[in-house]
Amino acid sequence: MTLLQIHEPGKTPLPHAKRALAVGIDLGTTNSLVAVSENAKPLVLRDAQGHGLVPSVVLYTAGTIQVGELARAAIKDHPERVVVSIKRLMGRGAEDIMRVADTLPYELDTSTTGMVRVKVGGRTLTPVEVSAHILEELRARAERTTGREVRQAVITVPAHFDDAARNATKDAAKLAGLQVLRLVSEPTAAALAYGLDKGAQGTYAIYDLGGGTFDVSVLRLEMGVFQVLSSGGDVMLGGDDFDRVVAERFLEERARMIGAERLATADVKRALAVARTAREHLTQQETGSWPLDLTGRLTWHSLDQATLNHLIAPKVEETLQIARGVLDDAKLEPGQLDGVVLVGGATRTPLVRKRVGEFFGRPPLTDIDPDEVVALGAALQAEALTRGSDALLLDVTPLSLGLETMGGLVEKIVPRNTTIPVAIAQEFTTYQDGQTAMAIHVVQGERELVSENRSLARFDLTGIPPMTAGAARIRVMFAVDADGLLTVSAEEVMTGTRQEIAVKPSYGLSETELTAMLRASIDHARGDMEERVLREARVDGERLLLAIESALRADADLLDVTERRDIDDGRDRLRTAIEGTDRTTILDAVDALNTATEAFAARRMDRGIRSALRGVAVNTLAERLEAPETQQSGGRGR
Amino acid sequence: MTAMKPPACWSCGGTVDADGLFCASCGALQPPVLGDFFARFGLTPGFAVDVAALERRYFELQRRMHPDRFAARLPKEREYSLQHAANVNEALQTLRSPVRRAEYLLALLGKAMRSSGEETVDDEEVLVHALEMREELADAMTRAAVEAVAATARAEADQVTAELAAAFARNDLTAAGRLTLRLKYLDKFLDDARERRGRLAA
Repeated sequence: MTLLQIHEPGKTPLPHAKRALAVGIDLGTTNSLVAVSENAKPLVLRDAQGHGLVPSVVLYTAGTIQVGELARAAIKDHPERVVVSIKRLMGRGAEDIMRVADTLPYELDTSTTGMVRVKVGGRTLTPVEVSAHILEELRARAERTTGREVRQAVITVPAHFDDAARNATKDAAKLAGLQVLRLVSEPTAAALAYGLDKGAQGTYAIYDLGGGTFDVSVLRLEMGVFQVLSSGGDVMLGGDDFDRVVAERFLEERARMIGAERLATADVKRALAVARTAREHLTQQETGSWPLDLTGRLTWHSLDQATLNHLIAPKVEETLQIARGVLDDAKLEPGQLDGVVLVGGATRTPLVRKRVGEFFGRPPLTDIDPDEVVALGAALQAEALTRGSDALLLDVTPLSLGLETMGGLVEKIVPRNTTIPVAIAQEFTTYQDGQTAMAIHVVQGERELVSENRSLARFDLTGIPPMTAGAARIRVMFAVDADGLLTVSAEEVMTGTRQEIAVKPSYGLSETELTAMLRASIDHARGDMEERVLREARVDGERLLLAIESALRADADLLDVTERRDIDDGRDRLRTAIEGTDRTTILDAVDALNTATEAFAARRMDRGIRSALRGVAVNTLAERLEAPETQQSGGRGR
Repeated sequence: MTAMKPPACWSCGGTVDADGLFCASCGALQPPVLGDFFARFGLTPGFAVDVAALERRYFELQRRMHPDRFAARLPKEREYSLQHAANVNEALQTLRSPVRRAEYLLALLGKAMRSSGEETVDDEEVLVHALEMREELADAMTRAAVEAVAATARAEADQVTAELAAAFARNDLTAAGRLTLRLKYLDKFLDDARERRGRLAA
């Protein structure tokens, strides 16, 4: 029981007694964002530099976990400690990832079955844990910027994420201390933001090309109701694929220049990072060239927009093919739409804009920043679910749900694109004389054969009275609630024998695993103050070491022998301090190293890499290193 | 449950609104009374349905009863809202499509069609015509050709729908059954045509 508390006259209650906040989170393959909405005015939460995007990149060092820009900068020097694009593995089993393993920049742990695990920085982690680290960072950002406690969130997922991937996302949120109010499809969230902010009415297509996933949804917006008519996509198609074809071209070129070489996963990650820089550069510029520094040898690679377009054209056409299918599902022609909205960073690619415009026969809408629109919509829905709203989202089942029948065939019970909540019953009968039990196998997917779909759950209905084959009547009911959660029940109609199961995907984490992780994360959180400040000191130290390493890589020639020795000594001292457990020693070492690098930092600035860097301390240099490099190389382009 | 008079509110015992959804005194959401699909939208059973008006009514009902509107209310109301929303979703799916509406109406009027997949066309003329259309579709090698075949089928579907409405209007369920089957074939044909056109665009 809670006792009423009365505070002393004249003293105000603690400031953190303020109402907790529900946020909207766009957990993206490449970048993530967090936004809040009050009075239907959504706002992306930014860091001190005004950046809303948090790269979905995690750096794992001995004692620390870093998410975001710093982790992304570390790919260059410590690719083996960095995880990128983890969303691609969400809800995936070890076996279905093996097919595409070669194209993924991960070191996979193949020793276990079930959920796939990545090896990084000496740890072995599930995608759920890595995603939880990203969500923790977003939650921390929201709490820092708003000064309020954040416990609830609407998180967006690709429209066609299957049950396993959706549940993996929910598990990650739970690990990060967030209650998921609702998982909302990314295109739906984008439509919500457009509909409420721009007052859009009518039928719209949302073309959402993110880092790793592609979605297209058709929605009707009317009377404040947002109804999804159809949606589809590909969980393995996105801007990352553009990067991959660019990286492949660079590596082929390189092989012609210097001959074959053995590339480690870390080299592939570096090449992909360079390809990404190149692709982003070419959204604004006609041409450029970039260095590839792998296995100790440097090669230069140039690319122009026409060649890039040629390389990525097959991928772009693939997205349009999917869009056509989604329009077909809604029984609509491109010309019947009132507009098409672009979402996702990869839609900045000029070829994408051009082809989408041609396909839909109208210039696409980009009024709201394609990187931010999904998070804004998620925030609006978070507000609607906690404080009410005039808007209402009617979402659909992304994939068909069905049962295994004789011969390993699927009988679809709930077709894809069915508006939820929904309850659909179908009757089945027995196959053999005297059959007293029936195996109910629930599957998800569009294929005819059970083996080609995702298995969701199995249970047996027993206690069927023995009858001749075909005489028993078994009523199977599929109920999907507004959260998209499926419950399947089976009932023998004559006797009323009944079994029911709430579907938990067989690919997710087991309840035991999740409990263990939760306990670990709670223990983690309870770690005393001492532990926390020590960890923060270590983070500061690691950050400085990474920054200096990058700076040395670029401009070591600015130092004379003595200066270099002082800096190296300082780095060694700091490394030793970080290994230890004394916070003061670490902070002292940080200070000393900062002093030792002051002159170096000043000289680097004089070199005039970039006028914008003036006044920036060494420890933020690393974050900006990629940008000046592009600029230099862009000038050199042929 | 065919209560002529709305029952008393489960929460306060007060009078329920005329449409049976909310309590007039305490505002609590009432449990759904499961009528047929037409009744869920306040319509009487019949083939003639103004789809635009049906969808407006659907949106209005969802706005009032969707579970998202009851996130902070009593568990019992949340359960009822889930049932209401699922009921209207189910009903709309059926009533929006002329074929499914006709099938449902036939079942409601006691003239059940054989379960899906087992229907046969005993009308030879219809069968031959369907086969000819299939051949035409298989021979269509360009998007324009598929579009032309589909346009013919669409015109035929519109005509069959009109005949179907007339059959229901004069209560000729035998004719209605036959026309429903034809419409079903045409519907499937149009789906296949759409799919073929999609493939040709690749």
